Amino acid sequence: MTAAVFFGCTFIAFGPALALYIFTIASDPLRVIFLIAGKASEGLKSINPDDTVPSMRLLAYVSGLGFGIMSGVFSFVNTLSDSLGPGTVGIHGDSPQFFLNSAFMTLVVVLLHVFWGVVFFDGCEKKKWYIILIVFLTHLLVSAQTFLSPHYGINLLSAYIIMVLMGIWAFFVAGGSCRSLKLCLLCQDKDFLLFNQRSR
Amino acid sequence: MWQQCHWIPSVSRPSAARGRVMLTFMASDSEEEVCDERTSLMSAESPTPHSCQEGRRGPEDGEGATQWGNQDSEEDCEEDPDPYACSGTPGRPPGLEEELTLKYGAKHVIMLFVPVTLCMVVVVATIKSVRFYTEKNGQLIYTPFTEDTPSVGQRLLNSVLNTLIMISVIVVMTIFLVVLYKYRCYKFIHGWLIMSSLMLLFLFTYIYLGEVLKTYNVAMDYPTLFLTVWNFGAVGMVCIHWKGPLALQQAYLIMISALMALVFIKYLPEWSAWVILGAISVYDLVAVLCPKGPLRMLVETAQERNEPIFPALIYSSAMVWTVGMAKLDPSSQGALQLPYAPEMEDSYDSFGEPSHPEVLEPTLPGYPGEELEEEEERGVKLGLGDFIFYSVLVGKAAATGSGDWNTTLACFVAILIGLCLTLLLLAVFKKALPALPISITFGLIFYFSTDNLVRPFMDTTGCSCRVSTL
Repeated sequence: MTAAVFFGCTFIAFGPALALYIFTIASDPLRVIFLIAGKASEGLKSINPDDTVPSMRLLAYVSGLGFGIMSGVFSFVNTLSDSLGPGTVGIHGDSPQFFLNSAFMTLVVVLLHVFWGVVFFDGCEKKKWYIILIVFLTHLLVSAQTFLSPHYGINLLSAYIIMVLMGIWAFFVAGGSCRSLKLCLLCQDKDFLLFNQRSR
Repeated sequence: MWQQCHWIPSVSRPSAARGRVMLTFMASDSEEEVCDERTSLMSAESPTPHSCQEGRRGPEDGEGATQWGNQDSEEDCEEDPDPYACSGTPGRPPGLEEELTLKYGAKHVIMLFVPVTLCMVVVVATIKSVRFYTEKNGQLIYTPFTEDTPSVGQRLLNSVLNTLIMISVIVVMTIFLVVLYKYRCYKFIHGWLIMSSLMLLFLFTYIYLGEVLKTYNVAMDYPTLFLTVWNFGAVGMVCIHWKGPLALQQAYLIMISALMALVFIKYLPEWSAWVILGAISVYDLVAVLCPKGPLRMLVETAQERNEPIFPALIYSSAMVWTVGMAKLDPSSQGALQLPYAPEMEDSYDSFGEPSHPEVLEPTLPGYPGEELEEEEERGVKLGLGDFIFYSVLVGKAAATGSGDWNTTLACFVAILIGLCLTLLLLAVFKKALPALPISITFGLIFYFSTDNLVRPFMDTTGCSCRVSTL
């Protein structure tokens, strides 16, 4: 198993998470702390007004990302280290695409955790218990599906569908709208551009 | 039963406050703790010049009891050429102080995450690739009892005895250091420190390089090797003990901590290592916080004498701006700062005495005002002993975790969480705190629970899609 497999699978699984980290978290040390420790301290909320106070949504996003990265790393890193060693994939009749499928599964798990984090925090804040139930059930569903493991098609496909649905839900929960999405894609979102300018 | 011991000069643990490492050339073996008093964490501020006291006393005096503005303001700065910039801005409300402290506290947490992570990454990478450091090849003289015993009870007893011996050696050396410091035997301490750095930078680097080259089967001739080691070591000595770019000094400190941790990982037997880690965090807690603890006494003595923090074996995260060192024209835009590693006490004379306390106000672009620039110089200092023991924990987890990466990662995250909490406490209490207890406790908990609970679980649930290896 080659270095190409190793690096390829690493970047498939952790590329988006790393990109999210670099572009949204690494610039602000407070967010890094939330990422690792996963909780907010009340005292930090009352801090100087001229800096951006970490809002609840930001905390939800960061902690979701933190959980996702940890979960992805824990489930995939042993497989990755095996991929550097000698061996033949699927010599006993299993699928030879084991690494690739694992990498995509890890990616979907990481992203799902981010979305679940946002949605879950929102549910807790607004005290809508059905949201929490849905998050819990989809989590259980995605995890249970992995037992279908030789049949990667169904497993991955349904996981990705759930991820897209969760993503859309999280987007609207976090305050996005079709209009803001359009503005962002067409680079016409003045607030976003100004924010980027200021933080440089 | 006494095992065969290796003769390596011992490196004692340096003091927390000004941290000189004492090198004891014991006739027997020694990987003595270079970490002794080093295992405490404090804010970067050394005592500022007395006349610049009013208003702002943030987390500057991290060591020991901070005296909030009680020092004589009559004392002239000239008689005490403190290299740290005076940062007095009178009239600042204390509430704002707290908020800024917490805000910049977060920044300094990150500034410590990076070096701790780097040190652990180096140690884990070495452990996983170079077989030398996981081979059992004798024990230190400080852990004489073997662990190759037939019964579990005997093994446990031996490891506890090993720990007792190790900790008592550490305590004795610490007290010796405190005594030396109290009686102002600076030359002795200084010499000891230099000898220990020489040992780390030359001998251990040579061994390390040799093992790495062996592992990767790279041939290197002796002249090249000696040239490399000589350059590495000489630049390291200059950077650590004299002047040098801050980043380079930090890099060298990280490297020597990693080397020391690797030696501990190699020579400490399994169970003894874990018991020693637990015991040393308890010792750290006691020594730094108890009123009669040796480290606390050291810190307070340094405080009384108003001496700057010892540079060579404390990792400092911030730049230090000197009075009289970088003559800046306050009116110039974008003034250049010379970040340098603080030098030792006896070389102050080389700087001469400033005629009056100058407040350096470089106008860095983008900062809203001078207050923030003065904030920037406040860093956090972490003793090298902390680096070493963190890396020992993670390295041991990597070495013995049955090839499993989850255990290593869990310990790594645990240590970072502990460090974060410790730094938060530092921002709250504003005095020297032991950095080991919380992190090591979390690390030990995570190691044992991951190794005994999580790993079998993951192995069992994952075994249906295991790749077959030849």
